[in-house]
Amino acid sequence: MAEYKRPKTEEEFEANFPPKKPLMNETEAYYESSRCLFCYDAPCITACPTGIDIPLFIKQIQTGNTEGAARTIFDANWLGNACGKVCPTGVLCEGACVYNGQNVKPIEIGRLQNYATDAVIEQDVELFKQGDDNGRKVAIIGAGPAGIACACELRVLGYQVDIFEAKSQPSGLMVHGTAPYKITNADALKEMDYLQKQLNYNIKYNSPIISKEQISDLETNYDAIFIGVGIGPTATLGMPGENMEGVVGAVEFIEELRMKHHKVIVPDRVIVLGGGNTAMDAASESARMGAESVILAYRNSKENKGAYDFEYDTIINSGAKGMFNVQPIEIVGNGKATGVKFVRTKSHNDKLENIPGSEFVLECDLVIKATGQAKMAKFLGMIDELELDNSNRIVVNEENYQTTNPKYFAGGDSVNGGAEVVNGAYDGKVAANGIHEWLNKS
Amino acid sequence: MPDLSINFAGIKSPNPFWLASAPPANCGYQVMKAFDEGWGGAVWKTLGVPVVNVSSRYGSVNYRNTRMHGFNNIELITDRPLEDNLKEIEEVKKHFPDHAIIASLMVETKEQWHQIIKDCENAGADGFELNFGCPHGMCERGMGSAVSQEPDVLKTIVGWVMEAATKPVITKLSPNISHITDPGVAAIAGGTDALSLINTVKSIVGINLDNYAPYPEVDGKGTNGGYCGPAVKPIALHLLKDLAQHPETGKLPISGIGGIESWRDVVEFILLGASSVQVCTAVMHYGFGIVREMESGLVQFMNDKGYNTIYDFVGKALPNVVEWQDLNLKHKVIAEINEDKCIGCELCYISCEDGAHQAIGLNEGSRVPYIIEENCVGCNLCSLVCPVEDCITMKKVDDGTEQLTWSERTAAGDIPTTFNDERAGGRGHWVPEPTAALKK
Repeated sequence: MAEYKRPKTEEEFEANFPPKKPLMNETEAYYESSRCLFCYDAPCITACPTGIDIPLFIKQIQTGNTEGAARTIFDANWLGNACGKVCPTGVLCEGACVYNGQNVKPIEIGRLQNYATDAVIEQDVELFKQGDDNGRKVAIIGAGPAGIACACELRVLGYQVDIFEAKSQPSGLMVHGTAPYKITNADALKEMDYLQKQLNYNIKYNSPIISKEQISDLETNYDAIFIGVGIGPTATLGMPGENMEGVVGAVEFIEELRMKHHKVIVPDRVIVLGGGNTAMDAASESARMGAESVILAYRNSKENKGAYDFEYDTIINSGAKGMFNVQPIEIVGNGKATGVKFVRTKSHNDKLENIPGSEFVLECDLVIKATGQAKMAKFLGMIDELELDNSNRIVVNEENYQTTNPKYFAGGDSVNGGAEVVNGAYDGKVAANGIHEWLNKS
Repeated sequence: MPDLSINFAGIKSPNPFWLASAPPANCGYQVMKAFDEGWGGAVWKTLGVPVVNVSSRYGSVNYRNTRMHGFNNIELITDRPLEDNLKEIEEVKKHFPDHAIIASLMVETKEQWHQIIKDCENAGADGFELNFGCPHGMCERGMGSAVSQEPDVLKTIVGWVMEAATKPVITKLSPNISHITDPGVAAIAGGTDALSLINTVKSIVGINLDNYAPYPEVDGKGTNGGYCGPAVKPIALHLLKDLAQHPETGKLPISGIGGIESWRDVVEFILLGASSVQVCTAVMHYGFGIVREMESGLVQFMNDKGYNTIYDFVGKALPNVVEWQDLNLKHKVIAEINEDKCIGCELCYISCEDGAHQAIGLNEGSRVPYIIEENCVGCNLCSLVCPVEDCITMKKVDDGTEQLTWSERTAAGDIPTTFNDERAGGRGHWVPEPTAALKK
């Protein structure tokens, strides 16, 4: 019997994916905010990639100035609400909270951040002012966290902004690729609407930039271009049987789940290949969709997995199991996957070695590959003089996120290879200021 | 088990815990319930010509998530007819003959004083407390704190009371005066048997930021109230000490009142000279049950220290409360940070840096601050702001052999006398250049 019943309705789906950081009520926010010590040079601020003045906004909540708290948050991070929900706060701000030093529960910073930002979004409080039109135009490719943050900042600076988005909704992976217990589509889109309504940038949906002609048009029509395209679909492993029915990429699996919710049928036995945070999401989601057996199989050891420990705990708590030091070598089946053939591995001189003769087959009905995503190398290759590193990540100047082609700036996953929403939000903001400085210099 | 019973100026009580004259002692039901839960005595809600009260009546000072850190009220004395109160006093005494019931009184004329004293004695009251403290509503009518503020009037009224009373009389004083000993001495001149303090402190606890009315609001207006609760304890302890150290008032039993909530508070009041304690706000906040914590802590304390009765330690801290000029200037402490306990909030750093003496530094790459010993004046601030118990302690650095007070220096002519005197205490003490503030 599975830990979770297969959800047949939207209500059952929601019950299987309760929010990890539910919205605080007023009383919770009051008591929680009262615990903050208001540290000097607070470590939570340093731990936040966007450097939000956390003690300040907590004190503002405590003194009943919720709007001021929201302003403090948005001043540093345009995706203040989403980040409160999806950030791995346990390893960022909350992980740095000094209370941890005496085994006192750290302040629930993420939830307080949600509380303040949700209040202004719900009440549609006007917090931002568009800058006076400076006559310049910037194109942004991708309406994900980096692109939206860049757009917001540029609008404040007086730029006209057009965002070109391949899909039909903004916010990128927050809608398409985040576990539903972290943020709902409705929550993600609510913040997107709130920002766009006040800052009035254009988003052209279903408008992928795929041709050289489009690129030269952008270069002609815009003063600068920001690339926030993220990373691509699940990479192929080059393993026999990979193209059979019943083998999906984690990114695609999660996206389908985010879009179709309970209408997705996850079969009884699932194997998830990989050891990163995306693998954890896919495993936890499979279990919550009612799969009876979910095994997360990773070629390296438990200690060497890429995922945060708390993400691994989440999958264990949802009823999935971890299996380590197993290298997948073949998907077995007859047109349709029926299992994965593994060979056991061991670490030798810091290198992973297969153990000969240790092959075995684990039966399953669905294989989810969470073994890395393809980079957008093909698209990026169409842009002149745009340097990529060995992993096909865009090379940027860390000060202003300018690429090797000066007209282009970039940020988010296409630069860092796949990190958090908060990193994208930071990159986009810094890049916008980089664009502003560069255009005013030239 | 130590003996907690007291004989307070002739009023016997199984323990020193009394309800103060206030809403918790408004009626027989409450007093009976309190005795049943362990209180030794009750000072009945002040009796007199019954009043008419307003709604609302109470205001609170919350500190962060702590409710009623301070509390004020604009409620007056009893609004119930005297005969109802007397009937209930009689009823309670029937059930609890060994518990103390003290009638708090506030009337105007000599005739009224004489009459009400007789009535209360007939009802079985064990003693009286004269309410010369209430700082709102009644003082404007020439009663309550108005009496404490006029020692001659106070003396006269106490005199009237003593003419009629056969039971012990406690005079309750207001803190809303310059010298507490003035009404204290006047009460003695009038013949009082004992003193109690403090009544509430005149106060406004806050303003509604939408309609600009003070709390508690009565139809968009408010008035000054009487402040009490944990926030007033330091004021009460100080005034208690003044009475207890005075050659005349110090000879009378004193009942301590003001912000008492736990056994620690009780012990502190006793150490400064109180031999009974009265509690109101803590009961209004948590109910009568808090007496269990007070009793258990007091017993534990007495066992630990080897005391058999309350009287073994009444006033034991008084010899240690001296005038500033008699403190030892040669005593020197400096702060010490326990690095293992430090959680790195750096509140000690910033409080010393901005709020005191720039005697704490920060190490590059570490959040554990360090004490700049030569700058540390031993003010305690860092140890007070530190959120971790016993992480910052003050260690004694003098060898204890030297003793020199301001009085002695004054007598020896060795004190600063001019504006730029070489003997200025801070002379030569390091302070940063003013412009260094702008470089950080």
